[in-house]
Amino acid sequence: MSHRLRADSSPRGLLEPARVLSQAEAESLAKRIVGFSQADSCRVSIGSSARGNTRFAVNQVSTSGDNEDVSIRVRVTVGKKIGAATTNRIDDAALRQVVQTAERIARLQPDDPELMPELGAQQYISVDAFHAATAAAEPQQRADIVAKVTAASRAAGTSATGYLEVVTSANAIANSAGLFAYHRSTDCAFTTTVRTTDGAGSGWAGAASRDIGAIDGAALAVTAIEKARRSLNAVAVEPGRYTVVLEPTAVGNLVQLMAFATNARQADEGRSFFSKAGGGNKIGLKVVDERVSLRSDPQDLLAPGVPFDGDGLPTRKVNWIENGVVRELGYDRFWAQKQSVSPVVLPGCLQMAGGSQSVQEMIASTERGILVTRFWYIRPVDPRTILYTGLTRDGTFLIERGRVTKAIKNLRFNESPVFLLNNIEALGNVERVSASESGSAGVPIVVPAIKSRDFMFTSLSDAV
Amino acid sequence: MTSSRREFLKSSATVAAVGFAANLASPRFAGAAAPASRFADDALRIAPTVGDPAIRELVLSAVDAAKRAGASYADARISQNRSRTLATRERRVQNLSDNETLGCGIRVLVDGTWGFAATRELTADAIARTARIAVAQAKANRRTQVAPVQLAPVTPTPNGTWSSPIKIDPFTVAIEDQVALLLRANEAALGVAGVRFVNSAMFFLREEKTFASTDGTVTVQTIYRAQPSVTVTAVSADNSDFQSRQSTDVQPHGLGYEHVLDAKLVENAPRWGAEAVEKLKAKSVDVGRYDLVLHPSHLWLTIHESVAHPTELDRALGYEANYAGTSFVAPPQKVLGKLKYGPEIMNVQGNRNEAGSLGAIGWDDEGVAPETFDIIRKGVVVDYQTTREQAGELAWWYQQQGKPVRSHGNSYAQSWADVQFQRMPNVSLLPGDKDLMYEDLISATDRGIAIVGDGSFSIDQQRYNSQFGGQLFYEIRGGKIVGMLKDVAYQIRTPEFWGAMDMLGGKRSYELGGAFGDGKGQPAQSNAVSHGCPPTRHRQINIINTGRKA
Repeated sequence: MSHRLRADSSPRGLLEPARVLSQAEAESLAKRIVGFSQADSCRVSIGSSARGNTRFAVNQVSTSGDNEDVSIRVRVTVGKKIGAATTNRIDDAALRQVVQTAERIARLQPDDPELMPELGAQQYISVDAFHAATAAAEPQQRADIVAKVTAASRAAGTSATGYLEVVTSANAIANSAGLFAYHRSTDCAFTTTVRTTDGAGSGWAGAASRDIGAIDGAALAVTAIEKARRSLNAVAVEPGRYTVVLEPTAVGNLVQLMAFATNARQADEGRSFFSKAGGGNKIGLKVVDERVSLRSDPQDLLAPGVPFDGDGLPTRKVNWIENGVVRELGYDRFWAQKQSVSPVVLPGCLQMAGGSQSVQEMIASTERGILVTRFWYIRPVDPRTILYTGLTRDGTFLIERGRVTKAIKNLRFNESPVFLLNNIEALGNVERVSASESGSAGVPIVVPAIKSRDFMFTSLSDAV
Repeated sequence: MTSSRREFLKSSATVAAVGFAANLASPRFAGAAAPASRFADDALRIAPTVGDPAIRELVLSAVDAAKRAGASYADARISQNRSRTLATRERRVQNLSDNETLGCGIRVLVDGTWGFAATRELTADAIARTARIAVAQAKANRRTQVAPVQLAPVTPTPNGTWSSPIKIDPFTVAIEDQVALLLRANEAALGVAGVRFVNSAMFFLREEKTFASTDGTVTVQTIYRAQPSVTVTAVSADNSDFQSRQSTDVQPHGLGYEHVLDAKLVENAPRWGAEAVEKLKAKSVDVGRYDLVLHPSHLWLTIHESVAHPTELDRALGYEANYAGTSFVAPPQKVLGKLKYGPEIMNVQGNRNEAGSLGAIGWDDEGVAPETFDIIRKGVVVDYQTTREQAGELAWWYQQQGKPVRSHGNSYAQSWADVQFQRMPNVSLLPGDKDLMYEDLISATDRGIAIVGDGSFSIDQQRYNSQFGGQLFYEIRGGKIVGMLKDVAYQIRTPEFWGAMDMLGGKRSYELGGAFGDGKGQPAQSNAVSHGCPPTRHRQINIINTGRKA
């Protein structure tokens, strides 16, 4: 092993901060790999990560883990043929071999009619998503945050389960046409579910940030314990259409589904909600309430995205929906060229514009409705309407005459973010939420609380 | 749960330890003539071969280093995962990538608290350092301890080897033949009038895994998995409707390339195309209660969600409350030998040895030789899925049953970089005594709906309320299929649904379904698992209509 990457050649100290490849290391590694290729073009994508996690259950740490890894993906073209291979070994012999594998795969391919040439050097926006204290967090610091929840839960006589994840990553792309891109980021996500010991009450709280210092274990414990207690003695309500007050996490759970569907090619091919009857797509058409604006701004401070996509194309702020009207859809480079438009790439984050009502005000103006903490096990049912099904979980309450009156049993919905965002009555202040199903950091999302009418619940669940 | 195919990737270069078919739809496929092996692709194997003496030495050194650092128990896994992803649409290859990942994960127990650390650097120094990190982490975690971890006994296996029973290693099959097969299948589907799009894919995995523990076990296993799939989409002439048919009659298996050939993708593609087109004109279902006849290609997923997950002991004890959830099959003291899950004809077993299944292995990820065990016997819950850490929780029950307290061998980690924990083995519904086939169940049904293939799925965090779609829905009248339906989903409460089962097929009707994407744990890990079952009939199940107008 002749190269000088510290990751391979000199062991780091026992509790030295998690490290990922620096820009200089990534550039040197990527260029060395590109140099091994005899193909017409070569692109190297490097993902370097350090991940730490601590889980807890029944008021004690259950498992935890720390790992560091590097992923090297090589994509080459020979004529109009493409081949790719991936490895996590970075000695010269392995790197030569991964290049040769990609080249051999390429030679065995049919020509790709959609092949686009490699991009030359690009200019990228600056995205500030790295927090040094997060990158330096050790298992002890994670255990300290977790202990705030386990101690509070023990004192409250409840049972806390949860997960803290801290990720530092560096991504780089280099190619034989002179492009080089590098981006470094940190992310933390912390979620906890507190249950009463009789199993009759369950409450959840969660937070996500690139700064571990912003994760307040004690405050989240208070929220989750309070929700668990308030969710006791749940009563059944009839399924049907209800006015709902969705807390920001629940809004994030549903609104991100709309972003998944913003693919122009699928729309132009007639197999998307964004397909227009008779042909084409819905750009320029109003599809939701005029108070709705949905964008992906990679430079947003609360929910930063990434400065480049997998091809090395620079990202920028994308306005998917502005005042209820579809403004942009995602175009990869091939489809953009075919349709004579500029490429539009997803910058890896999502922000929805808010309003000024507090959740308390939304409740106060509701004659009869349901307050939802979060949704779960959300799966697609019908792509024609972006219809999904899923359930409420960990804090579902009945609103009567402007007040939260009682806990109710969980409900299954069959509903679409399209209908939800058409039926809006009020919007709240925006906040960053932890809206991934698994509790991992996920896509950074900023959304408001929403009050909406006629939300479709189709059955009751006995699950607590 | 089966994980969402859309947990949105944050960036292009996410470092996934194993590229488990996240980009594959649902598998099924058919092959053509056996491809000639024009070159041995396996010459590509560039890492040290798992199973060679140097790897054995390293994995033993990991265990020793952990002991020296203060661990009372330690195990280590070095694994090399080789995978191939091949994806096409219509006449184009979208992606063909060969991938490998190699590294070592070390788990330690210090004063009854776990620690785990993993490294991609396979040197003695790096491995010793990683062992020390795992021990330091366990010490940091100890402050929250309420009750120390205790492991059930295991019989050591000092020198074990096991390999999936494959006939053709997919990595020795010529790549151009694999590509040609998918493109021929696409062409065959596109030949059907009304078919507009076809996606097809193959995914192959070979995991070479060496395990050692302080109990004196050293095992070397080579595990293969294969998943071919085709999805055909038909669009109506005026763009007002589109419908897809996934090849769910071809399921992923723990087999080699022979599974792709046996799937007869080219021969089946025109049928899948015709079925997608037929769905455009199918009648939208009238809501109400119907008798359901469920084909094994559909039922496996309902078993996965409503039987296999609720009988995981870690869920029942509350360990997964923050993500996958808990279980209505709890607490163990109140349900074992008592909870009636379904009728007397309902028998469910856990196993890790069904031929060709995704869950088949020689030893689990803590060195336990798995066993076949009853979970539901004559409709009553009699056991849970367990690991060494958990088995002791059921000591009272095993003593009552005259059984030893030992793990069923259900520990698994998706890669070297992840800690092992309780994951389901194959959980299968046993066939009935009568020699009945799917068609016999339809003939016996007066007014009902038959469902083929798995589709949409969602279930609550205690596994009571669930909703399932499918690929194809047929209306049954007077014992005969009278036409196709669409927009169908059934909503159930688990005990009522299984309580309403009044018929099931015999041995000849039994099939294995399964998934690579069984998600659980934090960080979420993908398990690969099969579920065998015959077709079943369930009386008076609630059907909803999922079609809406935007």
